[in-house]
Amino acid sequence: MIAETDPTTKATAVSIQKVNKWYGSLHVLRDVDLDVAAGERVVICGPSGSGKSTLIRCINNLEEHQQGKIVVDGIQVDHNIAHLDAIRREVGMVFQSFNLFPHLTVLENCTLAPMLVRGVARPDAEAQARAYLERVRIPDQANKFPGQLSGGQQQRVAIARALCMKPKIMLFDEPTSALDPEMVKEVLDTMVSLAKDGMTMICVTHEMGFAREVADRVVFMDHGQIVESGSPHSVFGQPRTDRLKLFLGQVLREH
Amino acid sequence: MTALNNDIQAHNRRATMLGSFVSNVAVRRFIWQALAALALFGSVFWLAANLHHNLAARNIASGFGFLTREAGLPIAEHLIAYTPADSYFRALLVGTLNTLSVAFWSIILATILGTAIGVARTSKNWLLAKLSSIYVDLFRDVPLLLQLFLWYTILQKLPPVRQALNPVAGVFLSNRGLSFPVVDWQAAHGWTLLAFVLCLLATTLYAKRASRKQLEEGRAKSFWPVAIILLVIIPLVVGFSLGASTNLDMPQPKGFNIRGGVTVSPEFFALLVGLVIYNAAFIAEIVRSGLESVGRGQHEAARALGLHPKNILTWIVFPQALRVIVPPLTSQYLNVTKGSSLAVAIGYQDIVSVATTSMNQTGQSIELVGVIMGVYLTISLSISLLMNIYNARVALVER
Repeated sequence: MIAETDPTTKATAVSIQKVNKWYGSLHVLRDVDLDVAAGERVVICGPSGSGKSTLIRCINNLEEHQQGKIVVDGIQVDHNIAHLDAIRREVGMVFQSFNLFPHLTVLENCTLAPMLVRGVARPDAEAQARAYLERVRIPDQANKFPGQLSGGQQQRVAIARALCMKPKIMLFDEPTSALDPEMVKEVLDTMVSLAKDGMTMICVTHEMGFAREVADRVVFMDHGQIVESGSPHSVFGQPRTDRLKLFLGQVLREH
Repeated sequence: MTALNNDIQAHNRRATMLGSFVSNVAVRRFIWQALAALALFGSVFWLAANLHHNLAARNIASGFGFLTREAGLPIAEHLIAYTPADSYFRALLVGTLNTLSVAFWSIILATILGTAIGVARTSKNWLLAKLSSIYVDLFRDVPLLLQLFLWYTILQKLPPVRQALNPVAGVFLSNRGLSFPVVDWQAAHGWTLLAFVLCLLATTLYAKRASRKQLEEGRAKSFWPVAIILLVIIPLVVGFSLGASTNLDMPQPKGFNIRGGVTVSPEFFALLVGLVIYNAAFIAEIVRSGLESVGRGQHEAARALGLHPKNILTWIVFPQALRVIVPPLTSQYLNVTKGSSLAVAIGYQDIVSVATTSMNQTGQSIELVGVIMGVYLTISLSISLLMNIYNARVALVER
C-alpha cells in the first residue's frame, strides 16, 4: 500500500477543464474536468469507446481537443509548437502496442530521443539507458532488436524508453491489454515500482489489482464523460451509478 | 491354390516396389527435372538448327568479323571521339555510352523528383498533396512513347538558331538544343576538378562524422566553415596556382548552327525529360507506399518522445520505409534503362538506334540483336547487383 498523496498541497501537474472533442458528429469527450496533482497516481477505467484513451492522448496532443483547456506542467496545450515541444519533453507515454522502433536496438530505442531532443551526449545517454533498462530488469537485452523480445519485455523497454527522457508525468494507454496473461505481471510490477518512486502517473487500464495497489484516485468514464471518481476503495467498493455497477460486474466476471 | 497365392503375392510385392519407387518424392522430382531439361535443350537445338539452315540458304555469313569493319555511320552525339570512319565496334560503344548516359541521369533525376513527390503526397498540406497526386495520375497513365513525342515536338517548336532564345548571357535555347558556355579546358582544370572531387569526398566524410559527433556530444556544431574551405577555397587555390585560365568557351550562333560551348541536343533533352517525368510518377508511388507502410504507432511514439517532424522522417520513417521501397525501386531503375531504348523513336542514337542502323548496313541481325541484349543484360544485372547489396544493408533485423 502506498501512502495517499494529498492533492491540495502539491502543484497541479495536469489540469483539464471543460474539454470537448468530436470525431465528425461523434461526441467523444463531453465537458471533461480532471485535475492531477504532481506525484498523484490516477487510474482511468471504463468500457471501450468511453473516451479514456482519447482523453490521455489529448494531454500530449497526439489528439487535438476542440473545446476547453488543458494545461500540463503550467504550459497550455494549444497550437504553439514551442508549447507542444515543451510538453512532450515532460510527458512520457507508453502505448498498448508498445510502438518500439523495430529498426533500432533496445539501447538505440532508449538513447535516440534524449540525444536528438534533449541534446544528451551519447555516452551519457547510453549510461542512463542502461540504468533504466536495469530498472525494468532487462539490462542484458540492450543490443537486441525489439522483434527478438517477448511482449512483456518489449513493453518494459517502452517504459524505459519513456523514462530516459526524464519525464515529470507518465501516461499509460492500456499498457497490458496486448500482452499474454503470464506477461501482465512483469509489466505491472514495473509500473508499481515507478509509482512507489513518486512518479505522476495517469493510467488507462482495467487492472483492478493495480488500481487498488497504487491509485490515489480511480476515474470511471462512460460515453465521453467522467461518471464517477474517488479512491479505489470507494469506486470499486461502493459504486453509486448503474453504469459503473454494470461495468464492474463485466470486468470482474472476466478476471 | 497355394501356387496361385504365391503368384499373387509375388505380383503384389513387385507392384509395391514399383509403386514406392514412382511415389518417392526425390525420384519424382528427378523425373520432372529431366523432362524439363530435355524439352529446353530440344527446343534450343531445333531453333539453332533452323537458324543455321536459313542463314546457309540465304548465303549470310555469321560471326562478329564485321565489328572491325568501317561503320560509315554518322553519330551526332558521342561521349568519346568518333567519326564515321571508325569501326562498328566503336560505333556500338558510342551507342552504349549514350544509353548509359541518358539512363544514369534519368535514374538520378527521377529518384530525386519521385522522392520529393512521394513525400509531398503524404503531406498534410492539402494543395501539395493534391497537386502531387494529379502529377502521378497524369504522367503514369500516358504511354511513355507518347510523352517522348510530346517533349520532342515542344522542343522542335523552339525558334531556329537565328532567333535563339537568350535568357542569360551565353546561354542559347533553340531547336538545336540547349547551349551553354564551358571553360576552355586545360590540364590545370583537370587538377582543379580532381581537387574538387577529393574535397567533396572529404566533405562528405566530414559531414557524416560531424553529424555523428553532434549526436555523441549532444551539441550542434556547424560544419559549413570547413565545407566552404574544402569545396571552394582549396580548388580555387589549386586552380590559380597552376594558372588555370578563366576564359570561357562561349557558344556563338553561326548561321544554322551554334559553335563553341556545349550543346545538349533536343533529342537527348526530350528523352531525359520524358524518362524522368514518367518514371518519377512511379517512383513517387513506390516512395509513398513505403512511407505509408510505417504504422501510425511509430509516428505517435516518436511524437510522444518529442521528436520533430524532420527527425521523425530521417530517423524513424525513412529507415523503415526503405526496406519496402528498395525492391520495387530496383525494378523501376531497370524500367528506366530499358525505356531509354525508345530513343530510337525520336532519333537519339542509343545502342538500339546504332545497332539497328548497323543491322541495315551489314545484315548481321542475329549478332547485333545479341549485342543489344548483352548490353541491356549487363546494365540491368549491374543495377540489380548494386541494389541488392544496398537492400541487404537496409534490411530489417526482425528476430
